[in-house]
Amino acid sequence: MSQKTKYLTELRESATFDRSTMAEIRRAADTGIYDIRGWGAKRKLPHFDDLLFLGASMSRYPLEGYREKCNTQVTLGTRFAKKPIVIETPITIAGMSFGALSANAKEALGRGASAVGTSTTTGDGGMTPEERGQSTKLVYQYLPSRYGMNPDDLRKADAIEVVLGQGAKPGGGGMLLGQKITERVAKMRTLPMGVDQRSACRHPDWTGPDDLAIKILELREITDWQVPIYIKVGATRTYYDVKLAVKAGADVIVVDGMQGGTAATQEVFIEHVGIPTMAAIPQAVQALQEMGMHRKVQLIVSGGIRNGADVAKCMALGADAVAIGTAALIALGCNDPKYDEEFKAIGSAAGFYDDYHEGKDPAGISTQDPELSKRLDPVEGGRRLANYLRVLTMEAQTLARACGKNDMRHLEPEDLVALTVESAAMARVPLAGTNWIPGATNY
Amino acid sequence: MKTIDLATQTVRDLNQALHDQAKECTETEWEVLNPKGQHNLAVGLDQKLKVDIKGHAGYYCGGMNKEADIVVHGSAGQGVAENMMSGSVRVKGNASSSAGATSIGGLLVIEGDAGSRCGISMKGSDIVVTGNVGHMSCFMGQAGTLVVCGDAGDALGDSLYEVHIYVKGEVKSLGADCIAKEMRDEHIEELSQLLKRAGVDEDPHAFKRYGSARQLYNFKVDNAAAY
Repeated sequence: MSQKTKYLTELRESATFDRSTMAEIRRAADTGIYDIRGWGAKRKLPHFDDLLFLGASMSRYPLEGYREKCNTQVTLGTRFAKKPIVIETPITIAGMSFGALSANAKEALGRGASAVGTSTTTGDGGMTPEERGQSTKLVYQYLPSRYGMNPDDLRKADAIEVVLGQGAKPGGGGMLLGQKITERVAKMRTLPMGVDQRSACRHPDWTGPDDLAIKILELREITDWQVPIYIKVGATRTYYDVKLAVKAGADVIVVDGMQGGTAATQEVFIEHVGIPTMAAIPQAVQALQEMGMHRKVQLIVSGGIRNGADVAKCMALGADAVAIGTAALIALGCNDPKYDEEFKAIGSAAGFYDDYHEGKDPAGISTQDPELSKRLDPVEGGRRLANYLRVLTMEAQTLARACGKNDMRHLEPEDLVALTVESAAMARVPLAGTNWIPGATNY
Repeated sequence: MKTIDLATQTVRDLNQALHDQAKECTETEWEVLNPKGQHNLAVGLDQKLKVDIKGHAGYYCGGMNKEADIVVHGSAGQGVAENMMSGSVRVKGNASSSAGATSIGGLLVIEGDAGSRCGISMKGSDIVVTGNVGHMSCFMGQAGTLVVCGDAGDALGDSLYEVHIYVKGEVKSLGADCIAKEMRDEHIEELSQLLKRAGVDEDPHAFKRYGSARQLYNFKVDNAAAY
């Protein structure tokens, strides 16, 4: 046995310079360009898996899991709008643009959401007829780029979401690379085909919360105060952002944590800016409660929500509803193993694919290629999404009933404990088996 | 002519009355008294109306206008005619920052000066400023025409796409990817027509043209210093 073989088991990988880190250094040295990709943060973060529910026992009284009613209906936009949105499940579809996604994918999202009575959301690039036609409740995003923005679509919307940022890249704008700019996408955005389309990081005609208050009044005037106006922020200084959003006149506030997805952002941005969704919710709820606006201004939370437990935990922490993006795309077929060979052919693999910006998605979702787009049947996609949304709803209801709640919004932080010190501090619930909430006084 | 006096009626009353004309047009000429710098005057119009605002307007006057011809007989605040689709907005005085932001169509005429970011992200409208414009004007401008009869501030046309910019006076500095371009016959013709539409008596030959060098259209590392 050679010396080398004898000591093979003692080869030691650096935790600091692991293979992934070294590969990125080599990639940067080869190309001279930072890495851009889709998806959200891939690093392990404190998340809802670190929280557990305290099911009812002697001290609490549960509801029968299959029979007794547990309300999931939520009304959004009760503060000022003449026509608030009523959703039958507290799970909405987050904003994702036509351009980033194919028209079929957008239609499928609309079909799936409509089938279960919830809302879907446009994105940076305007409203498509397919999406409007198939979405019974459609939220129209008002973004810094204002690509495709026009008053006719604004009046067709069931709500308006003023986007200040998103969890994957708070403080950053967007980029739709030229390879996805087809004639239709280019026309909707008033830019030449094939040009990288930069979405600005700040709005062009207002600069701070006082200006935003006037901007929101303008949108209300244009739409005759009919529809709710949301403000969406990426999770960072959430406590202050939420207070300012309430002051600016929001009907609904959307807080997107750093696990939230993107179609194209720098890797360094996705992994190093923002705070986890779980850490943002208590900040937002505290801000609303201090202003006497909790439940009056509704809170939607997004970023890494995968199952009914995540939904129920968000609501227990004080959210009125959640939004899903990445999970909805997976339900449609994103990263499906049936395309594994094709993912490998473009240098990825099923379950790992995140190069949404390249427009080569074999699943036909994050692409504008007409042939690839055909692979996603919007009717079948809509059916799959509706199924998934129903499962999330049933799972969340099951947990709520186990905690003795006949309404999803009756869940409360007292129903939760944390598995780790970090999650206890972030979620502001006690470490399991203790009454210790790190950072809290008078616990 | 229908008169709305904002000393006794609200901005909501004004906008609702103007919006109602989109459904059934009963009066095409409107006069707004005592605006006193209130925000969001005559926003979201969708009818061929003539609206005279007799005084100063606050933010977003004429925002998202379609078809209407709006005249501000005074100065206008931030974001006048933002996202205008068609029709026209004329400001007799000065305009604050972000005049004509993201405007898609129509004609915006500012008879005085415009502040910073005039024509930011404009998407096809025509903007004529008789006086000067502030810094970062036409930032990320996508389509349309910006005419400045006076001077332009720093970083004109930064990150410009396809807007045609004409400036008669001095340009303090050009932004990233914005360059001076040759003034050919078709540009003289385009500018002449636009000045005529705007009712501005200027010699088109006295202007210089600026546009995009189109070097930042696709991300490449050689441009890193420009980003």
